[in-house]
Amino acid sequence: MDTQFLIALATMGGLGFIFAGALAIADKKLRVEENPLIGDINDVLPGANCGGCGYAGCYDFACHAADKTAPSNGCPVGGTETALSIARLLGEEAGEVVRFLPRVLCRGGNVEAVKKYSTYHGPLTCSAMDLLSGGDKLCFYGCLSGGDCVTSCPFGAMVMGENGLPEVIESLCTGCGKCVKACPRYIIEMHPANRKVFVFCKSHDDPKTSKSVCSVSCMGCSICARKSDGSVVMDNNLAIIDYDTLDIEKIPFEKCTTKAIRMIELVEK
Amino acid sequence: MDLLLIFLSAAIVNNFVLSYFLGICPFIGVSNKLTSAFSMGVATTFVLVLTAVVTWMINNLILLPAGLDYLQYVSFILVIASLVQFVEMFIKKTSQPLYRALGIYLPLITTNCAILGLALFMALRDYSMMESIFFGLGAGTGFTLALVIMAGIREELELADIPKPFRGVPITLITAGLLAMAFMGFSGLI
Repeated sequence: MDTQFLIALATMGGLGFIFAGALAIADKKLRVEENPLIGDINDVLPGANCGGCGYAGCYDFACHAADKTAPSNGCPVGGTETALSIARLLGEEAGEVVRFLPRVLCRGGNVEAVKKYSTYHGPLTCSAMDLLSGGDKLCFYGCLSGGDCVTSCPFGAMVMGENGLPEVIESLCTGCGKCVKACPRYIIEMHPANRKVFVFCKSHDDPKTSKSVCSVSCMGCSICARKSDGSVVMDNNLAIIDYDTLDIEKIPFEKCTTKAIRMIELVEK
Repeated sequence: MDLLLIFLSAAIVNNFVLSYFLGICPFIGVSNKLTSAFSMGVATTFVLVLTAVVTWMINNLILLPAGLDYLQYVSFILVIASLVQFVEMFIKKTSQPLYRALGIYLPLITTNCAILGLALFMALRDYSMMESIFFGLGAGTGFTLALVIMAGIREELELADIPKPFRGVPITLITAGLLAMAFMGFSGLI
C-alpha cells in the first residue's frame, strides 16, 4: 500500500517535473522577441476589429503601425485622438485624419422606383434578392431595401428609412466601410465628409428605360456633362463626377430634370 | 488494412463529434465561418496526432508497467495541456502567419474533450503505436469534416428565412442533430 502510493506520487511528480522542465526550456528557446510598441499601440486602438483600416484587425494594424508600414492616422474609427496617441508612441507628428462617411447613392425608394408586377417571395436580404430575381423593383441598379447594410453595421449607424432606403446616422458612423462591402449593388460609397455633390444614381440603363423604372434616375441626358466644363463625365448613360476637377459653381443643378445630381443637404431635408 | 479500417472508422463511422458527441463546444462555437472552421479542424488534428503518440508512450512505457492505470486521466490531461502549450510556442516561433490564423483556437484545444477521449479510447482498446497514430489522424479528419460541413450549412443558413424562435442556437442544434442522423447511415460500412 505504501509503496504503491509512493510509486504513484513519484510517477506523477516525475511526469509533471519533466513537462514543466520541457516547457521552461521551450519558453527560453522559442521566445519570440516582439516589438513592445505593438502592445502599446494595440491598447490605444478601439479594439472593434472592424477592418476599416484595411488590415485583418486592430492587432494587425498595430503590428504594421509599429513597423511604420501603416500610417499612424490609418485608423478611421479612432479618429484624430487615436492618431495622436499612436503618433506620440512612435515619436512622430500626426497627420490629420480625414473623416470618411458612407453615402447611399440611390434615391429610388418605394415611392420613386417602379415595382414589378410580380412580388418577391424569398429571404429578405439584399444578397439573396440580388442572386435570385433582383428584388421588387424594376431597376437593376438600385437599392434592394433588404437592409444588408443595416445588419452589417457593427455600430448601429445605419437605419432603414420609411421609404425603403438606408440612412446613415453620422454621429454614430465610424467610417469602417462594412456597409460598402455588404451592398451587392455597390450603391454605397465612402466619401470624405466634406464632399457634398453626388450623382444619386448608379443606373447604366438607356434614357427610356431609366425614365420608365424610376423617377429620380440619371437618364444619361448629359446636360450636366456639357455645362460643367469637365467636372462631370458620362460613362455609359451615367454621369460621373470627377472630384479632382470639380467646380460646384459650374454644375447646372437646376437643369437636371430628375434631380439625380444634387447637393447632399437637399436629400437629408 | 487494419490501419485503414481504424482510420475510416474514427473518421466516418464512429465520428468523434457526430456519434460520440465529443468536442461539441468547438463544433457549435467555431462553425460560423468555413475558413475558421477549417483552421480549427487542422489545429485539432495536429494536436490529436501528437497526443496519440505521447500518451501511447506514457501509457505503455510508464503507467502500465508500473501498474498505475488509474492515473491515466490525470497524466493524460497533464500531457494534453503541456503539449498544446508547446505547440503554441513552437508555431509562434516558426510561423507567425499560421499562429495568427489559428489565434485563440489553439489554447481552446486544451479543453477539447475529443483529445482526452482519444487518449482514453486508445488505452481502452490496447492500440499499438502505429494504430494510435492512425486513430488520431482519423479522429482529426472526422472532426475537421464535421466542422467544415456544419460551417458550410451555417453559412447558407444565414440567408434562409428561419422562424424567429429558431434563430441562432436552436437551428444550429437541430442542424447538428440532422447531421448526426445522416452520419448514422455509415454505421453498416465497417
